Amino acid sequence: MRDVASILPLDVRAVAFHGDGRRLVDSVSFQLPAGGLTVILGPNGAGKSLTLRLCHGLLTPSEGRIAWAQGAEGRNRRHAMVFQKPIMLRRSVEANVLHALAAAGTAGSERRERCRTALERFGLSERAGQAARLLSGGEQQRLAIARAWALRPELLFLDEPTSQLDPTATGQIEELLAGLVAEGITVLMSTHDLGQARRLASRVLFLHRGRLIADEPAAEFFAGPASPEARAFLAGELIW
Amino acid sequence: MDFGAIFSAAFALIVGLDPAFLAIVGLSLRVTLTAVLIAALIGLPLGAALALARFRGRSAVIVCLNALMGLPPVVAGLVVFLLLSRSGPLGPLGLLFTPTAMILAQVLLVLPIVIALTRQTVEDLWGEYRDHLRSVGLEGVRAIPTLLFDGRFALATALLAGFGRASAEVGAVLIVGGNIAGYTRTMTTAITLETSKGDLPLALGLGLVLIALTLAINAIAFGASRIGARYAG
Amino acid sequence: MTPAMTHKKPKETTLSTTRRLLLATGFSAALTGLALAQTPTATPPAASAPAATGTRFITVSSTTSTQDSGLFGHILPLFKAKTGIEVRVVSQGTGQALDTGRRGDADVVFVHAKAQEEKFVADGFGLERKPVMYNDFVLIGPKADPAGISGTKDIAAALVKIAEKGAPFVSRGDKSGTHSAELALWKVAGVDLAARKGAWYREIGQGMGAALNTAGGMGAYVLADRGTWISFKNRGDLTIAVEGDRRLFNQYGVIAVNPARHPHVKINDGQAFVNWLVGPEGQKAIAAYKIEGQQLFFPNATQAGA
Repeated sequence: MRDVASILPLDVRAVAFHGDGRRLVDSVSFQLPAGGLTVILGPNGAGKSLTLRLCHGLLTPSEGRIAWAQGAEGRNRRHAMVFQKPIMLRRSVEANVLHALAAAGTAGSERRERCRTALERFGLSERAGQAARLLSGGEQQRLAIARAWALRPELLFLDEPTSQLDPTATGQIEELLAGLVAEGITVLMSTHDLGQARRLASRVLFLHRGRLIADEPAAEFFAGPASPEARAFLAGELIW
Repeated sequence: MDFGAIFSAAFALIVGLDPAFLAIVGLSLRVTLTAVLIAALIGLPLGAALALARFRGRSAVIVCLNALMGLPPVVAGLVVFLLLSRSGPLGPLGLLFTPTAMILAQVLLVLPIVIALTRQTVEDLWGEYRDHLRSVGLEGVRAIPTLLFDGRFALATALLAGFGRASAEVGAVLIVGGNIAGYTRTMTTAITLETSKGDLPLALGLGLVLIALTLAINAIAFGASRIGARYAG
Repeated sequence: MTPAMTHKKPKETTLSTTRRLLLATGFSAALTGLALAQTPTATPPAASAPAATGTRFITVSSTTSTQDSGLFGHILPLFKAKTGIEVRVVSQGTGQALDTGRRGDADVVFVHAKAQEEKFVADGFGLERKPVMYNDFVLIGPKADPAGISGTKDIAAALVKIAEKGAPFVSRGDKSGTHSAELALWKVAGVDLAARKGAWYREIGQGMGAALNTAGGMGAYVLADRGTWISFKNRGDLTIAVEGDRRLFNQYGVIAVNPARHPHVKINDGQAFVNWLVGPEGQKAIAAYKIEGQQLFFPNATQAGA
């Protein structure tokens, strides 16, 4: 692989996002260095999804800035995103991956090879020719991750990737994510599932009503968070 | 003349492959297929662009487009006639009473259908795909090829609808083509003529071919939408 | 789901990209249009001299009676064999045919309404009117003959009876030569149509064949040219009610469109057609055209005052 300067650490500085006449994300700041799996945790409406989209570039901040260490714009952005409900093109499984590779500017000959590798890595080779939309929910999400992985991202965003899946599929996805982290891919994902956060996170960013309440290593956060909202959340009380 | 005699005479013409008869069918297909092709080349990208664009008056444009889908063929014919007549603005082109004029008039009829249905299809797909496409760097215009390809079955149905409308109309091609024997006579204009001459077997023979064509189009459209439904999951 | 998921791309970028795309599409549309005009399917507009490539042809606007009767199908191939010029006939009512000539969309006009033709020339749209041939009109009616005029020879008296009895009558109503002749005959008969017109008088605004179809369907009388009647295949219940009156005489004339008015018209080839029509060959061809042994049109180019 070419020796290219990394886009990380990601620097999120006092980012705010206005909508519905409110500050849906309010003055959020954090830095994301390379490595590990960081979980954005929080109740519904906390602004988790918005924060991910702002970082990925799908939304423009109303205030503040999102800065990558090295320019991560254009077609080779080196960060990719997987959504809560997998977005599958009306094509075959492999066509979905090939399409993403083509969009990212990969040369024709290289595309086939990287697609094949991706499908193998994620156990979808047998399904290569099938219509992607006919796959089960878990398989579709696996394909979405495979598709994003094929783009060789340094950072992978995931927006509540298992909230629509059954426990078995959830477990499979969590295994895959752990594997990605082991490979060296940095992961930033949101979830409202406490158990999942405990299982996967090395660091926790806790959001409540658009504000970043806590930013701690996972062990510390789950042992006993400082803020009352976080404590209430951990106790299973509904807060939004 | 009884129906039996008329029908058998009509079949005889079709089976006998009478050259004048074939020339009429051939011209009809050539004019309408060319018109649909041109409407597709212009309408597919335009419809997609309209689906993605946001500007003042967009709703008005969409409403007008939908209304134009029902543009009476004679009106389209009249407009093209006034444009192409030697006394009109495009007179020097000398296109009146030629197959080219007929193609132009039919493009006017098919284009609104293609643009309106493409806009609807692409807008729906964009709503569904937007996050992912933007995530992989396909923004705005660059997303159009993906959207058009993924909407291929709905778009094919739209083109078939356009073909059906054009092949069935007589008003436009009659006015701008002039129904010249062996040159601008199509199935529909020939049926009009032969009926007025009282030559019913020929008129009916052409009518049967036209109906068969319409049935074939509808069968293909149905098949296309079925395949599309499978891919959509 | 969190609200306000809409992306907030600056509006200008989206609009300018779209504008560019729309412009590009407009360009390709224009190019396509121009390309179409050059395709082999559309013969390039030829000058009077034969074109190096493409067919040599003239456009003649004529009436529906000359087409519906099959006359053109008979004489035009003879003309083409002699001169190599293809004649493309646009068949319309007389009024529309003259209008097509006025607009310069035809090279030659061939109709049967002397007064309108002479006005056409007087107004400078045509070079010269030449008589070509005549046929006669016949009054067609249902076998049941509600007006009681069948077999008579006086057209004026017959029309008076039709108006009195209010028997159904179909009129072309389309400013055609036949329509003009019909109106003239009502006048000759002394029937004031404007006053006497009622539900029995039906103007359909269509050609001769359609008028005959309609009359057959309604059991009505209709004035038709003999040529169209003889070749009309859907007679049903209709038959000739009145014929032979000298006032039913129907003269055809041909006019070349004036190049001073419309410089692009093919005056040489157009004049060649006119000359052939009124010359011995064309006149012979017209006389030779028969349906079921009956001659339809009678050439009279040399007849004075025709």
